[in-house]
Amino acid sequence: MSAIDVNEAVNAVYLSDSRRVLATLIRLLGDFDVAEEAMHDAFRAALEQWPREGLPVNPRAWLVSTARFKAIDGLRRRSRFDSLDNGEGPIDVPVVDEQAWADEESVADDQLRLIFTCCHPALASDAQIALTLREVCGLKTEEIARAFLTPAPTLAQRIVRAKGKIRTARIPYRVPAQSELPERLDAVLRVIYLVFNEGYAASSGTSLTRHDLSGEAIRLGRLLVNLLPEPEAIGLLALMLLQESRRTARTTASGDVILLEDQDRSLWDRAMIEEGLRLVGQSLASRRVGAYTVQAAIAAVHAEAPTAAATDWSEIVGLYDVLYAAEPSPVIALNRAVAVAMRDGPAAGLALVDEILNGGELAEYRPAHAARAELCRRLGRTNEARASYQRALALTTLEPERRFFERRLGAL
Amino acid sequence: MKYLCLVYLEEGKLRVIADSECAASGQRLRDNGMLVAAEALQPIDTATTVRVRNGKVSVTDGPFAETKEQLAGFYLIEARDLDEAIQAASKIPPAREGSVEVRPVRTLDA
Repeated sequence: MSAIDVNEAVNAVYLSDSRRVLATLIRLLGDFDVAEEAMHDAFRAALEQWPREGLPVNPRAWLVSTARFKAIDGLRRRSRFDSLDNGEGPIDVPVVDEQAWADEESVADDQLRLIFTCCHPALASDAQIALTLREVCGLKTEEIARAFLTPAPTLAQRIVRAKGKIRTARIPYRVPAQSELPERLDAVLRVIYLVFNEGYAASSGTSLTRHDLSGEAIRLGRLLVNLLPEPEAIGLLALMLLQESRRTARTTASGDVILLEDQDRSLWDRAMIEEGLRLVGQSLASRRVGAYTVQAAIAAVHAEAPTAAATDWSEIVGLYDVLYAAEPSPVIALNRAVAVAMRDGPAAGLALVDEILNGGELAEYRPAHAARAELCRRLGRTNEARASYQRALALTTLEPERRFFERRLGAL
Repeated sequence: MKYLCLVYLEEGKLRVIADSECAASGQRLRDNGMLVAAEALQPIDTATTVRVRNGKVSVTDGPFAETKEQLAGFYLIEARDLDEAIQAASKIPPAREGSVEVRPVRTLDA
């Protein structure tokens, strides 16, 4: 085998298996940094040895066992140096079952352990996101920093601090027990959905969509569903796919927003919709339905409507009722009000929106003012529509959104 | 591994939970072998803060930080990992009224 072929083979194994190798090494070595270093040592060794010895039968097992050997060797050597300094004896090297990492099931468990540890609620929310993208998805610190518009040193610091807390406070590397699972799974799903939304609608900056993060979130969602097919994990994957299916239809070439009702539905990604619909059905059939599944079901109603006018708004209002009962938040109430406006007319919707705005919690929430503006416009209350669009405009930080509100104002 | 569970409560809630319930909670931890030590504390107006600056001892009344919640007591527990410590902390009765800060204990280098 030529050196170039081997290089390609090593790269391919890195892309397909480095995350699984890392997940197993963290368990075997008990430390994120030690595991990462050992893994890179093992890939370096592969580049040297595979051209001579040929590709191993099971490259992943070869990498794990080489990395583990190198790490233990390194720890031994370090402890020998240390013992010269302070006269202490050699350190304990963790003894593990040699075969424990070999089978598929324990590798899958390791991946779940890694996900649950990165999304542990004892870590700060932004650290959970950074750690998940780095350790589970294999993104570089600089890539994550760019995607989140955060300075790289800040992000690196966040990761160092999180790993420090995992080590010092001894956050365990394990899949939560059944009794803790719902709560801990919620934390994982929240991280995945935050990553998705950061890619779907950036909260600031000039570009409205940062595709890579959404794609990464969907990959994560798929991985989680494969490892742990819980209804809400399936529901979240469905929700992301159904939202992502509209990506090319939701903005113009220049990045301007196109409302759902104005979108060219032939641009919607049918394959994603089909997969999303199938997953919604699967999650609903479990009869353990949570908020992500209900939101996915709402997205599914839109996806199934051939035209905006043919949307089943009664069904959507009904689903928002279910969602609001489970999670009574003013944002859900606002979305429900918009659906009511579509079902019963703008006056009915406006009454609800005003009630929500009077509640005060959404006073700074631009979609609330945009919704009010739109309903006033439909009712011919132009002055009120103008005032609400101006309020929304004042609150936005996104360039395409600003242009959208200005266009709506100009059209009044 | 040892964890110190610091119980914080607002001044007005210091006696909301009956002593008997706190004692029972301590006993449960003792029974399953997790308890190292636990005490309730007198209110914050009895506290004194000690500092040494430039070799001089400075003593001030009360704690330095102005917070609504104050340290009301502590449990020093032995737990396998943070998850087990969090589970124990969540069963400390004042967790319902105030909060419990869980801190891993550091072994001194010396």
